[in-house]
Amino acid sequence: MKLLRDTSLIFNRQMQLLLRNPVWILVGVFQPVMYLLLFAPLLKPALQVQSNAAAYEIFVPGLLVLLAIFGGLFQGFGLIAELRAGVIERSRVTPVSRLALLLGRSLRDVVSLIAQAVIITLLALLFDLRVFIGDLLLAYLMLALISLMTSAVSYGVALAVKSEDALAPLMNTVAQPVLLLSGILLPLTYAPGWLQGIADYNPFSWAVNGTRALFRGDLGAPDVWQGLLIMAVLAVLAVAWSARMFARSVR
Amino acid sequence: MIETRGLRKSFVSRQGREKKTVEAVRGVDLDVAEGEIFGFLGPNGAGKTTTLRMLATLIEPDDGSATIAGADLRADPGEVRRRIGYVAQGGSTWDDSTAREELVLQARLYGASKSDALARAARVLDGFQLSDYADRKCKTYSGGQRRRVDIALGIIHEPKVVFLDEPTTGLDPQSRAHMWDEIRRLRAEGMTVFITTHYLDEADALCDRISIMDNGEIVASGTPTDLKREISGDVVRVGLPMEAVAAAAQALNTYKIETYDDSVRLYVEDGAVAIPQILRALDAADVPLGTIELHRPSLDDVFLTKTGRSLRES
Repeated sequence: MKLLRDTSLIFNRQMQLLLRNPVWILVGVFQPVMYLLLFAPLLKPALQVQSNAAAYEIFVPGLLVLLAIFGGLFQGFGLIAELRAGVIERSRVTPVSRLALLLGRSLRDVVSLIAQAVIITLLALLFDLRVFIGDLLLAYLMLALISLMTSAVSYGVALAVKSEDALAPLMNTVAQPVLLLSGILLPLTYAPGWLQGIADYNPFSWAVNGTRALFRGDLGAPDVWQGLLIMAVLAVLAVAWSARMFARSVR
Repeated sequence: MIETRGLRKSFVSRQGREKKTVEAVRGVDLDVAEGEIFGFLGPNGAGKTTTLRMLATLIEPDDGSATIAGADLRADPGEVRRRIGYVAQGGSTWDDSTAREELVLQARLYGASKSDALARAARVLDGFQLSDYADRKCKTYSGGQRRRVDIALGIIHEPKVVFLDEPTTGLDPQSRAHMWDEIRRLRAEGMTVFITTHYLDEADALCDRISIMDNGEIVASGTPTDLKREISGDVVRVGLPMEAVAAAAQALNTYKIETYDDSVRLYVEDGAVAIPQILRALDAADVPLGTIELHRPSLDDVFLTKTGRSLRES
């Protein structure tokens, strides 16, 4: 009960500050939209599919997962600014739940990610993408879990390193192999066997496969529940770890 | 109101491959009475902030015990948090929030309902004369205004004890004087105020009692007056030509003496009795005399006699 109340207090404040500068949501959408307009047209011939719609069906889910991973991983920068301003320390001397300090922020990140995902999905509809609303909502759940996990990880790491200069290279180093090994830009069905073998150990590749299955309308595919389950477990672990970082001393 | 015994904290710092353990606080005993302004005086790096952060539940002590406002720091930090306020040195407000938003949120984090939080915010904004800018973003405030918001945030839940870490550092003289009034007002409202400072005049003017900290240890405690009385009676400063300082030190070697470039300072029981003797001794040794002044010892003199260093140079 107290956790819920505290989480909503932190969440409301973070949303209020975000909405005071809504331009950030649009900035976040700008890059994926560029991919949608300037990269996706290459895919129909490259993937040797019949129509633009088929190409978008493969590309858009990957793009959304990409957005969720990167969007989350870079949230730590905002937290470092808050650390520097003393806002975190001020919260930590109050009896507020430590888990709420994390969840309030991470849920804000989830909401802003879903807002971006909706904008991109709507734009993709203009390019003949078609997806069932039920499948789409499940895909959004997948995105929400991914973003919850990556933002929690990013906050935890930010609390540990306490400096932008250390956080940026760290997050880039993590994100790049994760990105390449998840078949986000091109499906790994085209990859040689050894590469697929490695990718099987990348949880995000399961998330991408699951999201693609949902966009295909293949709700029954095992990829769907496997992807959701793996992301849910990892999100719980990431939140638990990061909440402990919030409870620990901040310098 | 605050009682600590043997509080300790050390940090491990890494320089290249070498690990070094720094004992920041080595066994601090404190007794702070209800309703007083208690000052923690010492140079930067003495361990004041570390001690304060331990008392405010932000870092865990390695050893020792503390009771704050009746709650046990080690066993029940959650209860300590409810009873204390803490205002950090570096500020605590967010640029894009307004003072009122910050205050309402802070009150709610302490458990107040929305209407109660709004009422409390309005009350402290009024008390700290911030009402006129309450709905402007914090980044538009002056240093002094922002500091007042910080303190308002620290007391919004009406704690029994409030910890202020260097509340006047970086403020101009006028804002400092204003801040002293605010701190006295907190005491008048019944709060126990615990401040750290490295300004001697501040400790002297503001605090009912002080502890002087150096190198992680408390070297002296008492009221400013008692502490100053404790180090003999008076200080006699004799101004001299530079080349005469050594000869003067030689002639006056029966006194407790500090030498400087252009003067010597003597710590004496009673200045009125000592001055004629000093003059005679200097005269006998043929030391040319510049000036002679008598003054009551300052807290700097206390610090000097306790640590062998001047607070200003450390």
